[in-house]
Amino acid sequence: MLSSLVLVKQVPDTANISGKVMNDDGTVNRAKLPAVFNAEDRVALELALRLRDRYGGKVTAITMGPPRASDVLRECLYMGADEVCLITDRKFAGADTLATSYVLGRAVRKLGTFDFILGGRQAIDGDTAQVGPQTAEKLGLPQVTYAEEIRDVSDGYATIKRKIDGGYEVLRARLPVLVTVIGEAAVPRPYSAKRVMQYKNARTLIELEKLADDNSLLYSDRLVHEAKAKNLFIQTFTMDDVDVEPERCGIKGSPTKVHKIESVVLAGGDHARIEPTKEGLGKLIDALARDHLFG
Amino acid sequence: MPNFFTDNVDIQFHFQHLDLREVCELIENGYAYAADFPYAPTDYDDAKENYRRVLEIVGDIAANYIEPRAAGVDEEGAHLENGKVTYAKGTQENLAQLAKADLMGMILPYKYGGLNIPFSVYCVAVEIASRADASLMNLFGLQDIGDCVCKFGDDDQRAEFIPGFASGRYTGAMVLTEPDAGSDLQAVKLQAVQNPKGGWNLRGCKRFITNGNGEVLVVLGRSEAGTKDARGLSMFVCHRDETVIVRRIEHKLGIHGSPTCELQFNDTPAQLIGKRKLGLIKYTLDLMNRARMGVSAQALGISQAAYEEALKYAREREQFGRTIINIPAVANMLIEMRVLLEAGRALLYRAAYMVDLKERMENRVEALKAEGKSTAELGNRLKEVVKVAGFLTPVCKYFLTEGANKIAYDALQVHGGTGYMREFKVERLVRDARITNIYEGTSQLQIVAAIGGAVTDVMAEFFAEKEAKTYQGGLASLAEQLKGIRELYKECAQTVSERRDSSFHDVAARALVELYSAALIGYHLLDDAERDDRKVFIANRYILNAVAESQRNAALIKHAVFSDILHAQKILV
Repeated sequence: MLSSLVLVKQVPDTANISGKVMNDDGTVNRAKLPAVFNAEDRVALELALRLRDRYGGKVTAITMGPPRASDVLRECLYMGADEVCLITDRKFAGADTLATSYVLGRAVRKLGTFDFILGGRQAIDGDTAQVGPQTAEKLGLPQVTYAEEIRDVSDGYATIKRKIDGGYEVLRARLPVLVTVIGEAAVPRPYSAKRVMQYKNARTLIELEKLADDNSLLYSDRLVHEAKAKNLFIQTFTMDDVDVEPERCGIKGSPTKVHKIESVVLAGGDHARIEPTKEGLGKLIDALARDHLFG
Repeated sequence: MPNFFTDNVDIQFHFQHLDLREVCELIENGYAYAADFPYAPTDYDDAKENYRRVLEIVGDIAANYIEPRAAGVDEEGAHLENGKVTYAKGTQENLAQLAKADLMGMILPYKYGGLNIPFSVYCVAVEIASRADASLMNLFGLQDIGDCVCKFGDDDQRAEFIPGFASGRYTGAMVLTEPDAGSDLQAVKLQAVQNPKGGWNLRGCKRFITNGNGEVLVVLGRSEAGTKDARGLSMFVCHRDETVIVRRIEHKLGIHGSPTCELQFNDTPAQLIGKRKLGLIKYTLDLMNRARMGVSAQALGISQAAYEEALKYAREREQFGRTIINIPAVANMLIEMRVLLEAGRALLYRAAYMVDLKERMENRVEALKAEGKSTAELGNRLKEVVKVAGFLTPVCKYFLTEGANKIAYDALQVHGGTGYMREFKVERLVRDARITNIYEGTSQLQIVAAIGGAVTDVMAEFFAEKEAKTYQGGLASLAEQLKGIRELYKECAQTVSERRDSSFHDVAARALVELYSAALIGYHLLDDAERDDRKVFIANRYILNAVAESQRNAALIKHAVFSDILHAQKILV
């Protein structure tokens, strides 16, 4: 029996862009971008479900984000997650990877102990690949990044194959371990029709309250009671639920400052011909050093 | 992410207007199942939402996984080695994914692990899957086999076989055809012998069995030794154990992913389904009618795929300094394809609905009988529904499968020489379409099955209702045209019946069925046009074209073009 926790994220769907998605000030106009399940996180969930298929146990998925991030949690339920939890609070907004991993680490502690904590290698919006490793640090766990395959779990150790430049390596890691997963690791399973039929009405407290606000015939207490009775209540953690220091959360706890965002278009004409001579190579090295790409 | 359900505006249109209230009420037993199954709907809106979401899953898997694998499946095909049939790699992956998504038992009851989804919704799923890979329909679309065991078998048989179908652990086969019993199934010879313990053993050969390597076989066999006709045939179900040998699989023009097997039964232990002697006349006919709807949906999926390919190519290909879609002759072909496609869908979904209603009402009548209650009220309406469904099924099969061939043919034509090459998908679609108007009863046999309904005017009530209706604007003149087609049909039917010549009757049947169903489809499109402006174009083109076709059909009959059948011997040298 293994218990796994999967860190998932809702990201802008950059594959289906319609309309103007960049504001004039260089920030992203999220309203124009449909939100989707970060692809590598979905693969991480697939690996967690395969661990459960093989060894038994439980899979929990959590996400930190705005209230609408509950969409990805429903998708986790459709794929087979046993439990899901939304971490949301206005005071968490604007978090960089440091503040995010801090809150995630605390939330994980609050949820219990896990043999595996899995996540995608990186999210397609920030592409930092930092949250996984930082969360491992916050939890004091060993980490295996760029995992391709979890080969075996026995005697408190996992054998994991990870991608490295020009090949792969196979590591043995003591459980509990945090693993970040690359997209090629697995094809995520489709939604189970039965689970979709069952969990399509799973809702968070915020969603139920909104439902009650929009319809005077409904009362949120009653809705929550019904949702709980039908196992359709999605647990939510706010700042009060996780043991955190407020100044380490959200924008306050985020030392990262975005200086400027620019759209760099690599035009076909921007190229230089390097002669395959000693002089040519010398010039190339100089140019790369000048641009701080090298040396 | 592409999705073959959500990206199809015409399916969306029909799904939005699909009113399954009555069917849902019956199939969900007044929504009582929700108490026992957490995924069963609690009311109609909940049910429809479930169907929409299930179709979204089908559309996702079809577009993102099945379609990309289809060329590989066609290339590799199913193969037979040492008596064991192996599906192409892509087919195996498709089946595993569909099973994981709980989609292999869509129409089976909750109790046995199914989704209890109405037949009409299942037909949409079959269409979507077939658009991605037509050959997969022959596995995914065989859910009727499980349903047949469920419907006609006993409780023990249901418990033994149905959960396996629902979970995808079993695939099935309808084992009917023999070398000397193809269209003429009355000639089936496979022996079914009752052993002293009361069980049955099957002995003999079957040919052209789609997925004959399936784990569970539903077999038509001769239980009454010495008989020669349909009344000596019974239906059996068995596990395909070591006594069943797959002797060969066929090398076919298309649907390479679907293995077509020759089977030899060597005293295979089997169980009787239902009652003796009803094998062909009741159970096979029922199963086959459902399968005909499945093949119609398959044909529609191929039509959709072929149309998409042609449209894409016509928008990209430049000749004479412009994209070829701007050449009127090409644009006209595409419009004809689109109209045929949407006409087919309008017909299929309405027919599927009637089949659905028939199935649900039959179940209800059975349940009432079991409870000792009166079935009089429901019974009368059921009789009518049975007749209509029985007519619409062969009309659908005829119209949609012939249509698929026409659409695929024209789609290749739009591609020009390129389309003839293996590199382009349309070549595969042409090959895959070709079987649809042959198997589960040829087009010629669909005419035989439909002519009775046309002659007795089985849709009279439908036509009376439509003719009494007031259509607005331009639709009113189209409605007049449809009345004209109907008048033409009546004249032709009269002419044919006055000729006391059975060969003439046989050959004229096709023209009559086409005349009769042209008006039927026309009214459906007219109703659609009332709800959607774009559909006015579809109705207009379809109906005006139907007027021309109907005049042609009428001329064939009036001029007695087929009277030379009597001289066939002399003509056919």
